[in-house]
Amino acid sequence: MDFVSGLRCRECGRAYPAEALHVCDFCFGPLEVSYDYERVAATMTRERIASGPRSIWRYADLLPVSDPMPVDLGAGFTPLVRADRLAAELGLGELWIKDDTANPTGSFKDRVVSVALTKARQLGFKIAACASTGNLANSVAAHAARAGMESVVLIPHDLETAKVTMTSVYGGKVISVQGSYDDVNRLCAELTSEQPTWAFVNVNVRTYYAEGSKTLAFEVAEQLGWRAPDHVVVPIGSGSQLTKVAKGFEELWKVGILDEEPSVRISGAQAAGCSPVATAFSEGTDAIRPVKPNTIAKSLAIGNPADGWYALDTIRRSGGSCASVTDDEVIEGIRLLARTEGIFAETAGGVTIATLSKLAAQGVIRSDERVVAMVTGHGLKTVEALAGVVGPTATIAPTLEAFAEAMEQEGGSMAAVPDGRTR
Amino acid sequence: MSVSVRIPTQLRTLTGGAGEVTVEGSSVGEVLKALDGAYAGFGDRIFDDNGGLRRFVNVFVADEDVRFLDGLTTPVAAGQTVSIVPAVAGG
Repeated sequence: MDFVSGLRCRECGRAYPAEALHVCDFCFGPLEVSYDYERVAATMTRERIASGPRSIWRYADLLPVSDPMPVDLGAGFTPLVRADRLAAELGLGELWIKDDTANPTGSFKDRVVSVALTKARQLGFKIAACASTGNLANSVAAHAARAGMESVVLIPHDLETAKVTMTSVYGGKVISVQGSYDDVNRLCAELTSEQPTWAFVNVNVRTYYAEGSKTLAFEVAEQLGWRAPDHVVVPIGSGSQLTKVAKGFEELWKVGILDEEPSVRISGAQAAGCSPVATAFSEGTDAIRPVKPNTIAKSLAIGNPADGWYALDTIRRSGGSCASVTDDEVIEGIRLLARTEGIFAETAGGVTIATLSKLAAQGVIRSDERVVAMVTGHGLKTVEALAGVVGPTATIAPTLEAFAEAMEQEGGSMAAVPDGRTR
Repeated sequence: MSVSVRIPTQLRTLTGGAGEVTVEGSSVGEVLKALDGAYAGFGDRIFDDNGGLRRFVNVFVADEDVRFLDGLTTPVAAGQTVSIVPAVAGG
């Protein structure tokens, strides 16, 4: 049994039943899931969570659907890694990486899709669909296969090869659209009106889908010993994840799971080639001006972010910041995280780390803060970004001499290794 | 000049269920005002108190967001389709 009391428009407050609705019929504002927090508080305990599965479903009491057999590939409960070497490089103190590359299809999207398709199935949908920059496509295709649902995934034509393969392999329909992600999204928003029997996870089921991102906050708090961090850095595509991370910490406090009221500064990370939220933040305006994206961080290349305004509002209210980084900085961010912590992130993770680095250098993120950076997708999805940037140290003939020569040219501590050889 | 307008589910209660309607107008603003004239209550749903488009209403002319064009003064040529689409989607 879930604890959902209904849906409510974030703009005008009109109430709706918990059905396949995502925008207010009257003002087109987004609908938000409302819970009966008193009942959740009476049920949810740390012990109850600890006895649950090692997945997002351990937090089912604060999710919008309850099902003993959810559509599940094991999303969530990913590692929270203490990142001392990275912290030292950036002049920070206590730094943690939420390593969401470890999800079943390699990105945080498994969290939202598991929730969306479990709810979609409960609502009677047989076909799963989405507009995607790639990670969502992977996850919808995989979870639909798992659930025995048909899938129709729409993607922009210029996605990374791995993301296309990782979607197509599951056997659903993959439609490559000659346009940008924003074109694909507009097409899906129109298709939703024409195909009301399809569950577009990020359109007509978006209200439920988005709630899955709260589990990032739930896990971080649990993994820190039921304490909230002081500062979180979150990448911004649509802005949904950022607002839901904030909601997650607030809800844990509201239902009595945390001892101390959280006061989490939330900072947003964008690529300079698609930074409508960072631009509005730095200009001090409320208006998010849409842009035509041009960045290697394709998973964040949403020029017209649905939750941009709410992300901006969340950042400002929390005392956080929002910055953008160039594609070169994104690549350096990927390499820095890999070199210091052994985690290989996709370009969106590079955006997060580069922004973390920038805000730390500016003194916005401080060394006395407990900081968590959300690394939301695996590097294998975007290897193109590193083509010609990293590769073999040397290419040699299979002889000891050639190896010794290569090591000598490389210098450093390894040059001495072949010295003990016998002739 | 007759212009074809695609109507989202949320507004089809006003158009008697029709997903596409035809009205007269040579700019986005004229087309939307004509819709309000033809279907009572339409304006309340898509315009804010200052007469601008509501924050979560997107309008496209020939599949291009009018915010990249000239907003409500964007001209609409013969044969082009205007789409009204909820902004909250994606990501």
